Amino acid sequence: MAKPEEDTRFSKFGTVSFTALTKTNDFIDYLEGGKVEGTKCKQCGAVFFPPRADCYQCFSSDMEWFEVAGAGKLLSYTKLEYAPIGFEDDLPYTLALVDYGAYKVFGRLSSNMPEEEITIGMAVAPHVVKLPKGHISYEFTKA
Amino acid sequence: MSDKVAIIGVGQSAFVRGYPGSIRELAYEGFKEAMQGAKLEVKDIDASIIASAPEYDRQRSPAGVVAEYLGLIPQPTCYIETVCSSSSTGVLMAYSMIKAGLYDTVAVVGFQKMSEISSMEVQERMGRGADIQWESPFGTMMPAYYAMYARAYMGAHGLTLDDLAKVRVKAATYGQINEKAVYRKPVALEDFVPDPDNRMAGPVASPLRVGDCCANADGSSCIIVASEERAKAVCEKPVWILGLGAASEAVNMAGRPDLTRGLRAGIEAGKKAYEMAGVGPKDIDIAEVHDCFTIAEIMAYENLGFAKNGEGKELIRAKETYKEGGIPVNVDGGLLSKGHPIGATGGSQMRTIVLQLRGEAGPMQVKDPEVGLIHNIGGVGLYGNVTILGR
Repeated sequence: MAKPEEDTRFSKFGTVSFTALTKTNDFIDYLEGGKVEGTKCKQCGAVFFPPRADCYQCFSSDMEWFEVAGAGKLLSYTKLEYAPIGFEDDLPYTLALVDYGAYKVFGRLSSNMPEEEITIGMAVAPHVVKLPKGHISYEFTKA
Repeated sequence: MSDKVAIIGVGQSAFVRGYPGSIRELAYEGFKEAMQGAKLEVKDIDASIIASAPEYDRQRSPAGVVAEYLGLIPQPTCYIETVCSSSSTGVLMAYSMIKAGLYDTVAVVGFQKMSEISSMEVQERMGRGADIQWESPFGTMMPAYYAMYARAYMGAHGLTLDDLAKVRVKAATYGQINEKAVYRKPVALEDFVPDPDNRMAGPVASPLRVGDCCANADGSSCIIVASEERAKAVCEKPVWILGLGAASEAVNMAGRPDLTRGLRAGIEAGKKAYEMAGVGPKDIDIAEVHDCFTIAEIMAYENLGFAKNGEGKELIRAKETYKEGGIPVNVDGGLLSKGHPIGATGGSQMRTIVLQLRGEAGPMQVKDPEVGLIHNIGGVGLYGNVTILGR
C-alpha cells in the first residue's frame, strides 16, 4: 500500500496529539481496527507498552505487534477538574494506570463509569473510542 | 586536586508572585546575597552554572545573558536542566568540576520567572509536562500524576486526606516565619473541609485539592561551591558536601514500578548519597524534601528511610517532622508554602540546610544540627537528586 511521503497518522492520537512522526505509526491503524496494541522484540522477546520501534536490550528494530486484550487490574486513577489547553471540553475526565503483569497501560477510564463504582484492583478492559475531528483513542471500562 | 568540596556561600531572592523585573535581574538577587554573605568578588568565581526550566523562558540560552549580568564573564558558563531539580544537578556538576581540579570556585545560579509567560502559555505547557507521545494526548497534568501516587498510597497504606492536609498545615507553620516565602498565611485542617468558601479544599485532581499543591512563584537561588583549599582560605563556616546521589526514572507512568513504594529516582539517589557520605537515615538531623505536592513529602519520608514503606503517614501524625520532632523536614515552609520557582528550588533547599548547619536559620533554626539532607525531584520523579551536607 502506498503511503504518503510524510506519514502523519499519529497526529490523530488522543484529544490533542503532540507527535506526528513516529516509527510506531501502525498503532493508529490498529486502533482504527478496534485494537490497542503494544510491540514485542522478535529477537529477544522483550514486551513494550507503550510500543517501541527499537529494542534497548538487544538493539534490534525487528518488532511485532501484540494486542492488549482482556482485563487488566486498575492500579490507580485520578479525576481531573482542571485541564491543559485543548482538553477543557473533556472535563471532568479520569486518568488511569492498568496492570497487565508484563507491562502496564496508561489511559482514560470511561466517563460512563460512576466514580463510586471505581475501586483500586478492579478488572478493566480497553476499548477504542472515536473522538471529534477524526481523532482516535482508547479508554478502559469495567471488565 | 581538592579532597573535600564545600559550600561557602548561599543566597536566594524572596519568592514572589509576578517578579517586577527581568530574568537577569531576578538571578542577580540570589547571587548578590550569596556573594555578599561569602564576602567574595566576581573575580573570585572561576566558572558559573546557570539552571532553569527552559519552557518558562523567553530568552534562548539564558546562561550567557545571566552570567554577563552577574559580572561572570569571561569565565566559562553553561546551562543545566533537569526541570525542578536543575539547581541541585548544577551543584552535582560544580562538585565534579572542582573534584576534577579544573576550577576552585563555581557559582550555581538557579532561577525561574514563571510569570515570564502568560497563564495561557503556562496552561499549554502544563499539558506537555510528561511523555508527549503516549500520555499527554489523554490530557495529563503534574497534579494528576502525583494524585495517582496519592490514590495508590490511600489504597495500599491507609493514608488519609487528613494526613495530606497535615503536611500542608506543617508547611504553612514555617512559611509564616520565613520572610522569603511566597505564601505566608496559616493553614488549618478546617480549611480542607469541603465547602465552596474553603479554597484549599477545592478539587484539582482527585484526591488532591488546591491545598495539596505547591505555590507557584518567581525566584532565584545561588550556591557557591569551592575546593577545600579555597574554602579554608576564605570561609569561616564552610559546609561540606558529604554525599551526592542522582538517578532517573521512566517518564511514562506505564514504565514505573510499584506506585505504592514512592519514587524510585528518590530511593536510588538517596541510597547513593548515603553510601558516599557514609551515613544513614538516622544520622540526618534536618532535611529538605521535594514537597511539590503533599503526597510527595509522605513518599520522601519513606524513600529516604525516615520511615518504612507505608509508614510515612505516622511521622506527620506524630509531628515528628516538625522543628521539635525527631527528624525536622521542610521547616522553611517547603515548596508548598515557600514556593516552587522550578530552576531555583534545589538551590533554595540547599540554602536552608546550609543556614541550619551554620546556626543562622533565625526563627526556623533547629537545635544544633550536624548533618542535613536535601531531596530534590525533577518532574514526576523523572530525576532525583539527594545531597548530604555536614559541618
